[in-house]
Amino acid sequence: MPPDSMVPRVLRRAPGFVGSTLAIARKDALIELRSRSVILSALAFAVLAITIFFFAWDPTAVASIDLAPGVLWVIFTFSGLLGLHRSFGVEQPTRAMDALLAAPVDREAIYLGKLTANLAFVILVQAISLPAVALLYNVPMGAYIWPLVGVVLLASVGLVAVGTLFSSMAVSTRLAELLLPLLALPFFVPVILPAAQATARLMNGRAVSEVSGYISILGAFDVVFLVVCTLLYPYTLEQ
Amino acid sequence: MPQGSFTSHAMTEQSLHATDLTRTFGTRRAVNGVSLTLVAGDCLALFGPNGAGKTTLLRMLGGLLRPTSGSAAIEGIPLPGGAEVRARVGLVSHQTMLYDALTARENVEFSARMYGVENVRDAADDVLTRLGAASFADVRVRALSRGMQQRVSVARAIVHNPSVLLADEPFTGLDSAGASALTGMLAGLRDSGATIIIVTHNLEEALALCTAAAIMREGRFVRLDHAPIPAREEYTALYRELSVDAA
Repeated sequence: MPPDSMVPRVLRRAPGFVGSTLAIARKDALIELRSRSVILSALAFAVLAITIFFFAWDPTAVASIDLAPGVLWVIFTFSGLLGLHRSFGVEQPTRAMDALLAAPVDREAIYLGKLTANLAFVILVQAISLPAVALLYNVPMGAYIWPLVGVVLLASVGLVAVGTLFSSMAVSTRLAELLLPLLALPFFVPVILPAAQATARLMNGRAVSEVSGYISILGAFDVVFLVVCTLLYPYTLEQ
Repeated sequence: MPQGSFTSHAMTEQSLHATDLTRTFGTRRAVNGVSLTLVAGDCLALFGPNGAGKTTLLRMLGGLLRPTSGSAAIEGIPLPGGAEVRARVGLVSHQTMLYDALTARENVEFSARMYGVENVRDAADDVLTRLGAASFADVRVRALSRGMQQRVSVARAIVHNPSVLLADEPFTGLDSAGASALTGMLAGLRDSGATIIIVTHNLEEALALCTAAAIMREGRFVRLDHAPIPAREEYTALYRELSVDAA
């Protein structure tokens, strides 16, 4: 007769998809909150980039309203890449990914959990960068802040969806730091272009209806990237 | 019995069954036509020199690696199965598979959540206590010694009381107390009907625990012993003859 402690506890069924996704996202968030490696490196890059652009800027030659959207999207793109590179890196040293793959968790839930955590980090960096750019470049955002936040969030979903997939593919290679931007940046273009255009128009005081086309494009790319990347992720794990 | 195959002498319901498992990496055959049948309560110690194919075999049985040819099943479910079969397996590796920024308890609780365990907190506390890891349950893994990390790694792998445990070098870094605690824990799992495969170079602990032993070389089983396994001294000599000297 086995001791009570040996009675199987496992439910012989997979944990829920949403529960697994949230548990993985929460685990990644907890690790990041303790190590702060992603947030600090992304914030350091953002502050540095804002400062360099500011001191290289000749206000008599270029109006701040023309420069700010470009600065904003350069910062969002490359600070996001810094964070995405670390996404699967936390599993590398001890091969913790093997434990995740051996668990009865859907591969898609692993991807979406990682994506959720990455999205939270990217949004956090954006939440600090956006007011910093507005302040330094004297761009009044009061009138269009919410449409702009909407554009930024929509673009972030697309960027993180693609970046998370390529991060998982690049992490186990020797040239991961080089490979991730090489793979991801071409796929960022369809997201960054409409996002930068919409940002420029909103900052120039255009009506939201004038950027609705860009918002629709962003939404469409979000859906396509989310679905395609989620479905492709299990194939990146094949050995 | 064909060369490279192992069948438990107990003819009850199969817990783990593999037929002609082969895995190649490029031109090299890491595992070469291994067949294996184990029933509930079997504990197989798998020895062999480095590069013999032990870890590759375990990774295939754990569903982490697709065989080039051959097939395997856990409790009748073909591998690589879905969640249903993965829920039955526990995996210990010579790498800890832990997150060093999390505490020991957080690591085990996370694993328990991934396996759908009820009462995650109680389950984690229970298994950490049984492995003698309760005193450092709230210490972050990066602050623990290798032996302490290994106890947590084993706790992570068995928190869901798997019916099949695949343990690759589970005694790595453990002191004698840790090794005894682990041996006791594995014996408890075995006695409760779990099927265990242990890959190790620690003959003493493994032979004391296991009901069968096999030596692997060049991707094949070259010696198979059912209980009673030869005494440790005799088996050590056999092992040296079949693996170390041959390598």
